[in-house]
Amino acid sequence: MAMHQIEIQLTAIVVAVACALPGVFLVLRRMTLMSDAISHAILPGIVLAFFLTESLSSPLLILAAAGTGVLTVVFVELLQQTKLLKEDAAIGLTFPALFSIGVILISRFAGNVHLDMDAVLLGEIAYAHLNRLEVFGYNMGPVALYVMGTILVLNLAFILLFYKELKLATFDASLAAALGFAPTLIHYGLMTLVSVTTVGAFDAVGSILVVALIAGPPATAYLMTDSLGRMLILSAIIGSVNAISGYWLAYLFDVSIAGAIATMTLLIFGLTFLVVPERGLIAIARRRARQKWEFAQKMLVIHLLNHEGLPEAEAESEIAHLHEHLRWEPTFATQVVKYALNNRCVSQKETQLTLTEQGRAMARQVLVQ
Amino acid sequence: MILNILTHFDYTLMIVSIGAALLGTVSGALGTYAVLRRQSLLGDAISHAALPGIAIAFLLTGSKTPLILVLGAAIAGWLGALLILSVVKLTRIKYDSALGIVLSTFFGFGLVLHTLIQRTGNANQAGLDTFLFGQAATILERDVLTMGILGGIALIIMLVFWKELKLLVFDEGFAASIGFPIRALDILLTGLLVIAIVLGLQAVGAVLMSAMLVAPAVAARQWTDKLNMMVLLAACFGALAGVSGTIISSSASRIPTGPTIVLCATVIVGFSIAFAPNRGLVWHRVRQQRHRRSLKVATDRLLKQQRQGGDAL
Repeated sequence: MAMHQIEIQLTAIVVAVACALPGVFLVLRRMTLMSDAISHAILPGIVLAFFLTESLSSPLLILAAAGTGVLTVVFVELLQQTKLLKEDAAIGLTFPALFSIGVILISRFAGNVHLDMDAVLLGEIAYAHLNRLEVFGYNMGPVALYVMGTILVLNLAFILLFYKELKLATFDASLAAALGFAPTLIHYGLMTLVSVTTVGAFDAVGSILVVALIAGPPATAYLMTDSLGRMLILSAIIGSVNAISGYWLAYLFDVSIAGAIATMTLLIFGLTFLVVPERGLIAIARRRARQKWEFAQKMLVIHLLNHEGLPEAEAESEIAHLHEHLRWEPTFATQVVKYALNNRCVSQKETQLTLTEQGRAMARQVLVQ
Repeated sequence: MILNILTHFDYTLMIVSIGAALLGTVSGALGTYAVLRRQSLLGDAISHAALPGIAIAFLLTGSKTPLILVLGAAIAGWLGALLILSVVKLTRIKYDSALGIVLSTFFGFGLVLHTLIQRTGNANQAGLDTFLFGQAATILERDVLTMGILGGIALIIMLVFWKELKLLVFDEGFAASIGFPIRALDILLTGLLVIAIVLGLQAVGAVLMSAMLVAPAVAARQWTDKLNMMVLLAACFGALAGVSGTIISSSASRIPTGPTIVLCATVIVGFSIAFAPNRGLVWHRVRQQRHRRSLKVATDRLLKQQRQGGDAL
């Protein structure tokens, strides 16, 4: 691997982990779309700051844009507080309006600034390493790596410092308020982090794909675990895997790296959605199939128990007539009998079914329930 | 001023205005349902998810015919919406996360395909900028015709299923219990939204399309409590935003049409939230003042009576 390849992958991993960590809390707090709103709404902030600084990675630009992000959150909440519209509509109104202002600003003054619309929306991590940090003439590596590294450390510090508060405010906001933990403060702290992270990341991946980095790994991890701590660690790992596999996918087909990372995010989420134990699609389908047969088997043993030892028992336990008594399709009835025989709930004597001890116990237990 | 606008009203502008008005009407009417179901951002997801569809349609057919690209966009957007619905239904992942994932990753996949097309050096590629921000100026007469026909079909379907959709919006549980096929209706409504969105891609682009669904409906909601009035008003507001945005952006140089239309719609929302009778903020304030004053008059009178009563004693 060439040096610049390692640098790009390292940057991608740092961006992915920095996005995934606050993303965990957004996913759990049902506020994922706030990141979508913030990433679009910071555009006017970026444009105005760019007019002043003429650089896409100056700290002032990041601060101004992050400020716009927090303003967006405040604005959405103010709109919601009028009770004239719901949260989703408030988000859906605010960010397109702010974004429109940004687009109009750019196209009005397009001749005067070198701010490319595509760069803001799509980003390109492959170019991010071209902008290098030089200290006393020494080449210290790409600026983006340092910017995102700082943001990653900030995010980690915030989460580690306020882990307890974040956890409580996420899972039981009213208890947090009652205990004096100031969930509003935590909320705005988190939103500031999301804003800063989004601004830092848009240089590399752009404002649309940053949502994939924020929502994808945590949602994938959410399918795997029930513990917040594990979900944070898993999200970081999944984010890194997405970043590296996305880089190589892009390398292989010579396509957009950010797009490939998003594609891997979708693939890995889809794969998890299919195969994860207990919560995956396959597990759900298998559980439903098993429940169907178990229910039918229970019906069968109850039916046999009902008529056991009575005069009509012989007619009722005739295999060939079972489907009439239980109103099943004949083929289904045969399959159920086979299933029950396999489980040793019934035994077959010529054309008759009789309950085994196990079957009788099962029928009694079901009836008691 | 008016003369100025009239002289600006040349043929191209007229075609673009009619297109924008059609788009506003259709998306305003259909957006009403999305807003009432608290799915305002579904449109955002669908419009972003449409990108890979356009790229695949182009890769498969090699043609840039709008109708083929629109079909690809519609299929991809619809698949994205269905994926959201099934993830929410089958897992514990909430609506917002499912939406965010589909929106961004479908778009990312579309970006990958787009760079693939670019790399093959096919100069005939559909521009990504056009997809993102629309290009209202390129709307031709035949596009307006397509928009009219497709939008008309969507509105007619909406009217045919009026009762069912109304029940779906306001009481899904009840609708299910009396035997309406909820899932099918959900898919139908999503399909209608998809039509409205792909119609708008050319005019306002993917990023801002969601505003065209949300803003007119939110504005209309402030003026009425009835669904039929809300749909009608939203359609009118949408058309108004479309036409006024087109005219404003054509009256000065370098003001893109899509964002201007969105800002016009936002202004309509702001006006409605402030001044709509009964619900509006200004009216709310006036009513509060009036209550406060009448309360003051009443307490004053009470105090006076008490004082007089006290004197009498």
